[in-house]
Amino acid sequence: MIEAQSLTRHFGDLVAVDGITFTVDTGQVLGFLGPNGAGKSTTMKILTGFLPPTSGTAIINGYDISNDSLAVRREIGYLPEGAPLYGEMDVIRFLQFVARARGFSGAEAERKAAAAADRLNLKHVLKQRIETLSKGYKRRVGLAQAILHDPKVLILDEPTDGLDPNQKHEVRELIRNMSEHRTIVVSTHILEEVDALCNRAMIIADGKLVADDTPAGLIERSRYHNAVTLSVTDLQAAASVLSKLPEAAKVEVRDGEITVFPQPDTHLLLAVNRVIAEHGWQVHTLRLEAGRLDEVFRNITREAEPQEAAA
Amino acid sequence: MKNFLQGMHTVMRRELTAYFATPVAWVFIVIFTMLAAAFTFYLGGFYQRGLADLDPFFRFHPWLYLFLVPALAMRLWAEERKSGTIELLLTLPITMSQAIVGKFLAAWLFLGLALALTVPIWFTVNYLGDPDNGVILAAYIGSWLMAGAFLSIGSCMSAVTRNQVVAFILAVVVCFGFLLSGLPLVLDSFRAIGLPQGFVDGIANISLTVHFDAISRGVLDLRDLIYFALVIGFWLTSNLIILQLRKAD
Repeated sequence: MIEAQSLTRHFGDLVAVDGITFTVDTGQVLGFLGPNGAGKSTTMKILTGFLPPTSGTAIINGYDISNDSLAVRREIGYLPEGAPLYGEMDVIRFLQFVARARGFSGAEAERKAAAAADRLNLKHVLKQRIETLSKGYKRRVGLAQAILHDPKVLILDEPTDGLDPNQKHEVRELIRNMSEHRTIVVSTHILEEVDALCNRAMIIADGKLVADDTPAGLIERSRYHNAVTLSVTDLQAAASVLSKLPEAAKVEVRDGEITVFPQPDTHLLLAVNRVIAEHGWQVHTLRLEAGRLDEVFRNITREAEPQEAAA
Repeated sequence: MKNFLQGMHTVMRRELTAYFATPVAWVFIVIFTMLAAAFTFYLGGFYQRGLADLDPFFRFHPWLYLFLVPALAMRLWAEERKSGTIELLLTLPITMSQAIVGKFLAAWLFLGLALALTVPIWFTVNYLGDPDNGVILAAYIGSWLMAGAFLSIGSCMSAVTRNQVVAFILAVVVCFGFLLSGLPLVLDSFRAIGLPQGFVDGIANISLTVHFDAISRGVLDLRDLIYFALVIGFWLTSNLIILQLRKAD
């Protein structure tokens, strides 16, 4: 469990993290979203004890990061941004080093290292130097060191950044499999990832918390939520008919498609279907939009900007 | 205390492994022993002097260390910061002092190994004559202590920057200052401008060479040992403070 209380971090005049307060419970996978430079990594560095906060604090599983840093670090498994590793070491020795640094000794350290390697399918590269591994394998080594001591709290800074789609899928599977009985915080700027992986999403912009919701809740904020998009042979004629529907708030024609935005609490799709049948249009595509996360993200993070400029 | 030693030992062990996993160790040992031998036999006139001692060998150690120790030390923290592994290391349940001392000891032990590999020259002088082996042993210890002092300076300078070349140059300059302050060249010029003898003695006293020379004459004076302990302690403490301030830059 993570309880952040008005976390703030300054770098000289720059306020990187500006009074962020939140709680993450066990079993939650929190997606930490925000534009580059919004303060995601800084927040994670504070939570993991790498950077002290300028003010505020956080309690992790009952330990305060400000005065019990070592205890906090024992509770946490952390994958820093870019998954930095000691390239000159081979995989198994590196994992054994991490095990010993985590207080396991002798045979137990070796067992923990082997088990972590096993969980991330690193068996074939155990004796290989880390710097010779592919990016996907390196990331797995980074994850292996993070979960080696079976931590209750996992903090992963952009775990899928720079991986190919297959590797991304693999890493997401791994994280999902670990999510039970754990508190996981994942930072990312890949929006689908939040939808695929997290049961909660927080957006920060300019160091401030600007949204805290479920991924579904965020998507519902999109103006595209429950909109209907279709393409027909005569776009302009169809658009003018659709715009007269009482259920339609707005109609946009773009890229050979018509998007009809709904009035609140109406069944737009049914109405559109009725119109199509009445006019006997030839419909090439027809779909109900769930909402667009990237649009919500843009709106929320842009709203935050002018406030900052005015302050 | 036990926990401190365990964490420190873990870091030290990793560092030592890293030396031998890269060419660093082999290049350093080969260059160090070759230069030590070359200085002894050519510049030092080991044979020509006709004396059974290792003075020509030890006399050049400060100058050998001046370049080789900063070369070994420059990676200690600069590399961790550049590659980002410092974030990995310092978010493990290891304190910064454990990491600093562990890294320092690994490098110091490694220097000890390089020094130990010059032992054939000790055998040689025993074969050729009848040297005072007590003096030679003391000089070896003095040389290793001096290497430790240089190393602590190098470690601290390595924490100042993430650029290893800058770290190297800074370390050489500071080490050079510590060496020079004991030379007559410097001390005489302080005397010449009329500074009191007490001040000049103070300058001489912070010099590594003065204390190294004292030990290599075969006298392991407690004051010299305390001097080296203080120098190493001072620079490693500075290292800790600098790292705390700059680790995230």
